[in-house]
Amino acid sequence: MAPVVPRSGDAVFANVERVNAELFTLTYGAIVRQLLTDLEEVEEVNKQLDQMGYNIGVRLIDEFLAKSNISRCVDFKETAEVIAKVGFKMFLGVTATVTNWDVEGTTCSLVLEDNPLVEFVELPDTCQGLYYCNILSGVVRGALEMVSMKTEVSWVRDMLHGDDAYELRVKLIKQVPEEYPYKDDE
Amino acid sequence: MQFFGGSAAAEMTPSPAAPPGTATGLAGNNANMLYIFNRNGVCLLYREWHRPLHTLDAQEDQKLMFGLLFSLRSFTAKMDPTSVDKGNLGVPLLPGQGCSFYSFRTNTYKLSFMESPSGIKLILVTHPKTGDLRDALRYMYNLYVEYVVKNPLYVPGSPIKGQQAELQGSSRFERVEGSGQQVHKLPILDSNPIQGKTNSG
Repeated sequence: MAPVVPRSGDAVFANVERVNAELFTLTYGAIVRQLLTDLEEVEEVNKQLDQMGYNIGVRLIDEFLAKSNISRCVDFKETAEVIAKVGFKMFLGVTATVTNWDVEGTTCSLVLEDNPLVEFVELPDTCQGLYYCNILSGVVRGALEMVSMKTEVSWVRDMLHGDDAYELRVKLIKQVPEEYPYKDDE
Repeated sequence: MQFFGGSAAAEMTPSPAAPPGTATGLAGNNANMLYIFNRNGVCLLYREWHRPLHTLDAQEDQKLMFGLLFSLRSFTAKMDPTSVDKGNLGVPLLPGQGCSFYSFRTNTYKLSFMESPSGIKLILVTHPKTGDLRDALRYMYNLYVEYVVKNPLYVPGSPIKGQQAELQGSSRFERVEGSGQQVHKLPILDSNPIQGKTNSG
């Protein structure tokens, strides 16, 4: 008797505690701004955002699993769908679409039409190399790592760089099998 | 039991007397032990309420428990008669592969088990007459998320420490165990966190 897997995160989204979207956007903006001041290099900021996202993802996965009542996914395709339809909805209030599968079924794109993080944001000329939403890629990477999937996540399209949508490329590197964690001689 | 000559066999291995204050069905606590492990086999939380016999030191005991569950899961997946796709016994399972078990029961105790896809394992050892605890374990997983994972001072993967967590956690867990049916009605914020503790005796 597997629990019913929700196909959208609407129900969960309706039940969780939410914060004001503008407060959220502005807080995130303030963090990025502060990182730019502190680290000076745009590259470093990208790295730092990714790391912050990773740390969030590592914790977020448990909340996601507990609240969405999702059991194990059968394959990576299902995982991607669940992230796009349930995960993004639950934590960001938007849904993504999954497209551009490669033939092996290990790489796909999550396309966000709408992104609450970038409200009111314009990138100045000095920050053109900045992936403003790099925290999201870190979150996805961290969360998937906790369910034994090593992934690489990168941005392909970014509205702040003049593209028409946000596209996050997710590549599954390997699925780590469960291993007995203790050594015999311990 | 009827395979082995009638129901009398059940009477020959009577359940142990419930420890004082742990009568089934009454308000109280009939749990013996609780373990929480993460995917790396680190015991995040161990509590015991009624455990007269200690044969091993705590670390050995936890390792043994984790090993038992690990092997048992591998074994149950291997035995699964409904699935054609099986690995060899002992070969590590991929996440999502194979079935899992919920509980097992001996004549003296019942062990209930839940594993989240992120590898958090919750184990509750209770009186053998305890009913289905899957909902209770899910509820405890929610508590873990709410009070441990969301605590910014908690380092993921480290044992759960802190008196606050101990008191609040244990009293909530005890309530869950004491009244398996009512888990969803429990208040999230407990105004008197020590109450459950004194009940347990």
